[in-house]
Amino acid sequence: MTATGLAASFWNLANPTRFLALSGRVLPWLAGLAALVTAAGLYMAFFTAPPDYQQGDTVRIMFVHVPSAWLALFLYAMMSLSALGTLVWRHPLADVSQKAAAPIGAAFTLLCLITGALWGKPMWGTYWVWDARLTSVFVLFLIYCGILALWRSIDDPGRAARAVAILTLVGFVNIPIVKFSVDWWNTLHQPASVFRLDGPAIHPTILVPLLVMAVGLSLVAIALHLSGMRTEILNRRVRTLTILQADHPSEGGI
Amino acid sequence: MSAFAALVRRDLVLAARIGGGGYLSLLFFMVVVALVPFALGPDLNLLSRIGPAILWLAAVMATLIGLDRLFQADEEDGSLDVMLGASLPLELAILAKVLAHWLTTGLPLALCVPLFGLLVALPAEAMAPTALTLLIGTPGLTAIGAVGAALTATMRRGGLILAVIVAPLMVPSLIFGVSAANAAMGGTVPFTTPLAILGAISLVALVTAALAGAAALRGGE
Repeated sequence: MTATGLAASFWNLANPTRFLALSGRVLPWLAGLAALVTAAGLYMAFFTAPPDYQQGDTVRIMFVHVPSAWLALFLYAMMSLSALGTLVWRHPLADVSQKAAAPIGAAFTLLCLITGALWGKPMWGTYWVWDARLTSVFVLFLIYCGILALWRSIDDPGRAARAVAILTLVGFVNIPIVKFSVDWWNTLHQPASVFRLDGPAIHPTILVPLLVMAVGLSLVAIALHLSGMRTEILNRRVRTLTILQADHPSEGGI
Repeated sequence: MSAFAALVRRDLVLAARIGGGGYLSLLFFMVVVALVPFALGPDLNLLSRIGPAILWLAAVMATLIGLDRLFQADEEDGSLDVMLGASLPLELAILAKVLAHWLTTGLPLALCVPLFGLLVALPAEAMAPTALTLLIGTPGLTAIGAVGAALTATMRRGGLILAVIVAPLMVPSLIFGVSAANAAMGGTVPFTTPLAILGAISLVALVTAALAGAAALRGGE
């Protein structure tokens, strides 16, 4: 590595250091709050929310299904913003944020698909239909998988980040398709019931636990994301230090 | 613009001398179409109903197969560096390569639909519309694939990951291509509505390929 390269990598570490210090202080509180709110949400979902008059107790699947779907989209949107940060400002924290968000988003998408399938079996009589909403979420999951695969197949972190950023932004076309699929096509999946111009179409006894679960799982996602970013920054430091040590073996260990 | 034409001509000559030109992808297309009746059974009613879908799937696969070499070969022999430094904008260079690739894959497939349509018992009145959907849709497929090819240009074994990242993005073209072809065989939707959307998708894909592909090739250096 040349002298300018060394200077660049130290400069790159400068801002993430402040991030590490700050996130280290925030993360335990955030994780605790996430656990607390999610626990409260689950309690409300299982014990205080009434069973649906048609669907019975299976309606409780919704309290995990709907927030997972929101988070699947939210994390992709955040990944796209980070991708802009990578391409426009070349900011190392944006690279790290992109990389940490991908597996979490993929997990929530999978959770949404699985809970949806489990809910679909008693309600629609089938685990899976090729309905527009289901198909577009499935494609979203495939795009997440492609992004994860691309991350793994390029060694150099900076180049990998730029390549993934381009793929993420190209794949963003699917996000409005997922959101509006229920309005554009007349499908089996029901249209939006919470975020509507004329107010939510859900009774408060079910809406309140749903929103608590949404806040709880969002906090879980943010905490996981912060923790993933910290891990990735530390991984990169290990990588940089290993390269430095390989270049100057006489100057002592890490 | 002469550099653009030179690049197209170079890729066509390369395809003709090394890859066998259009006829190899045509052969692949034929093999895929021939496999379907073996898998489904020789029920002509069934085949004619899903005929456009078979042709479209075969076109997607034929496009995917050759794409990994689109920029990789140039990266290996150094011509990619020349393209990066040339006075022709990289975006146009990518469009030239997309055009050359389409001339050797998408175009021959679309032109041969009347032949392959017979194999899957496509009704006579659906031949020309199905060929038209492929003619309009396959440039979009190649363009979307070019983004993936640019992203994986420096990878030694990029073929599989290319297919994984590109195939989900081809879904919209597939949906509207097949629904336009089905509309031509009768149905409630007029033929031109999905066809117009398919054309829009292809145009957007071409712009995306030029911009995103150039960014990917520059970032890969």
